[in-house]
Amino acid sequence: MARMTFAQAVDCALETAMAADERIMVMGEDVTMLRRNLYVRFGPRRVRQTPISEAAFLGAGVGAAMAGLRPVVEIMLVDFIAVAYDALLNEASKVNAFSGGKWNVPLVVRAACGGGYGDGGQHQQCLWGMLAGMPGISVVVPSNPADAAGLMLSALECDHPVVFLEHKLLSDYWLDYLGGASRGTVSFDVPAGGAEGEVAKPPQPVPIGKGRVAAEGSDLSVFSLGVSLHRCLEAASSLAAKGIRAEVIDLRSVTPLDRELIADSARKTGRVLVVDEDYMGFGLSGEVAATVAEAGVEAAFARVCCEGVIPFARHLEEEALPNKRRIIAAALDLVSG
Amino acid sequence: MKPDIERLYRQMARMRFFEEAQADLWNRGLVPGEMHLGMGEEAVVAGVLDHLREGDALALDHRSTPPLVARGVDLASMLLEVMGEEEGLCGGMGGHMHLFSREHLAGSSGIVGSSAPMGAGFALAAQYLDQGGIAFSFFGDGAANQGLVLESLNLASAWKLPQVFVCKDNSWAITTRTRSVTGGCLARRAASFGMPSFRVDGTRVERVWTAAEKAVRRARAGRGPSFILASCPRMEGHFLGDPLLRVYKEPLKQAVEIGPPLAKAAFSRPLSALARRCGYLGNIGRTIATLGGERYLTAIDPLLRAARLVPEESRARIEEEARSEVAEAVARAMEGRRRHG
Ligand SMILES: Cc1ncc(C[n+]2csc(CCOP(=O)(O)OP(=O)(O)O)c2C)c(N)n1
Repeated sequence: MARMTFAQAVDCALETAMAADERIMVMGEDVTMLRRNLYVRFGPRRVRQTPISEAAFLGAGVGAAMAGLRPVVEIMLVDFIAVAYDALLNEASKVNAFSGGKWNVPLVVRAACGGGYGDGGQHQQCLWGMLAGMPGISVVVPSNPADAAGLMLSALECDHPVVFLEHKLLSDYWLDYLGGASRGTVSFDVPAGGAEGEVAKPPQPVPIGKGRVAAEGSDLSVFSLGVSLHRCLEAASSLAAKGIRAEVIDLRSVTPLDRELIADSARKTGRVLVVDEDYMGFGLSGEVAATVAEAGVEAAFARVCCEGVIPFARHLEEEALPNKRRIIAAALDLVSG
Repeated sequence: MKPDIERLYRQMARMRFFEEAQADLWNRGLVPGEMHLGMGEEAVVAGVLDHLREGDALALDHRSTPPLVARGVDLASMLLEVMGEEEGLCGGMGGHMHLFSREHLAGSSGIVGSSAPMGAGFALAAQYLDQGGIAFSFFGDGAANQGLVLESLNLASAWKLPQVFVCKDNSWAITTRTRSVTGGCLARRAASFGMPSFRVDGTRVERVWTAAEKAVRRARAGRGPSFILASCPRMEGHFLGDPLLRVYKEPLKQAVEIGPPLAKAAFSRPLSALARRCGYLGNIGRTIATLGGERYLTAIDPLLRAARLVPEESRARIEEEARSEVAEAVARAMEGRRRHG
């Protein structure tokens, strides 16, 4: 085991996999600087700088994956994937089906996501619900360094497209670049257990599509992932002080969703709370509700999500993203209702 | 036609002093998130927008404050906005990358390249409504490789849209030398879409003004779009607190952070191709050195260049007026902030 930051854990997984598999290469804007530790080891052939042409290089990633490479395409922030959406929606997600299951796209899309540092509504979205809505694509959202390394390893081994989302509040270098952390006059609510932690050396794969019980409880089930997971854990300790035992589950993957774990926990507690930093409508929170209903489990349901455009002002942003206060209020409502 | 150099210098000084004030607020932690300044782009912005008339539209990128200052947007309301105040230009919802002023027909976006199609839409509306308006799109050399931009150049040309594309070429996109990821030449590329393409030294406001005059005249006459490629320096790095500039400013402190992991990666086992790896290490060092070096040693400040063209007495007066205008806006913004704080 070794102590690593979130970013170091992802780098470590990539380095391990790249050393073992010559087909893996990384491309994206500014990667020689952003991934400089990989660059000095593997050079420009395998760590390749791109122009600001996401539609071209994400599309090229799909083609390269079809032709035998295992590309990791970096879309700096997931918001920017909008200009390249065709590559995922109509190409990567369809090749396997269109070819009658004979041709795979082993592509990893890596992007930073999430808010909490005052960067406004075009740079802080999560979008995992929108991405997961496409058939044929997996979307993973690790909440700590060990899962980050493990899910990256699994993504690199997967024969199908995987979107790997890295929350910026967990990645020190993103906060430095985008939040201006270096000025020392601003602060962020960074969950310590998510930004740094123990990682096995060499890192061990974490299966895609498997959630994890982060805290056991019997009064209600709280489903979340990414940074919100940590907000839920904080809320759960406050709830425990009031005698309410919340079971907190880290979903880790949006697709495939761990439906069994969701149904089991909901059956046990009879109350379901989804805490999702992504948009509320037509996304993960609704999918969890459908999962519970389809499993024939009767449960009370509530959700704490992002309900509109993320405001720039810090105080407005704090209210728009799931926070401890909102989570506790929703949980108390559920339990008393 | 000849430019009114004092008017241009006045605008440039207003932009510079405004951005200095913005930087100060950012450093004090009053402005959250990223802060991209347009320091170094003043001559391009002033030279182009001197031709703007009421009713013209502006589509801007992430360095949107200089054009908005030139356009006459209330300075205090922009400062309040970047501080996230309710009284700000956009009610605290937009922030510095997403400044919008409907009354000035001015919008901006943090998505690289999107000012080109937005400008095409503004131009389409102007053409359709036929009231003589035109649209300006500002973007960087990095954005010129974005599909959105290339498609918009074609659209504007095919539809003869009254649009002026202004590419502020600072030769960098964050840490990437644009040249190293660009095929061919940007000016010729634009020309191949069937529009006039002007290449100017964007640190010389009078030259920008002359090129823009032709582009604007053509747009107003209904003859279609033009492209202006104006070279300029990026004086404050990609954004405030730019880690690469930091490496240059405090080399020892930063070397301690960046050096060991790099060395570890370069010498990690198996130790194959060591010579080549050292070469890669050198590339990183060189990138950092050119970035820093350009900023500190060779950057040509367009403001100083323009100042030389202005008679001494009026120069002092112009600077004085611009400074007090900005100081007054800062005072007003801080007052508004206190009221609501
Ligand atoms: C679609 C998209 N891709 C990437 C980014 C991240 N990004 C922000 S600014 C920038 C560089 C832009 O370079 P250029 O257009 O030359 O403008 P400059 O910053 O040099 O003024 C990049 C890559 C983004 N905001 N949007």
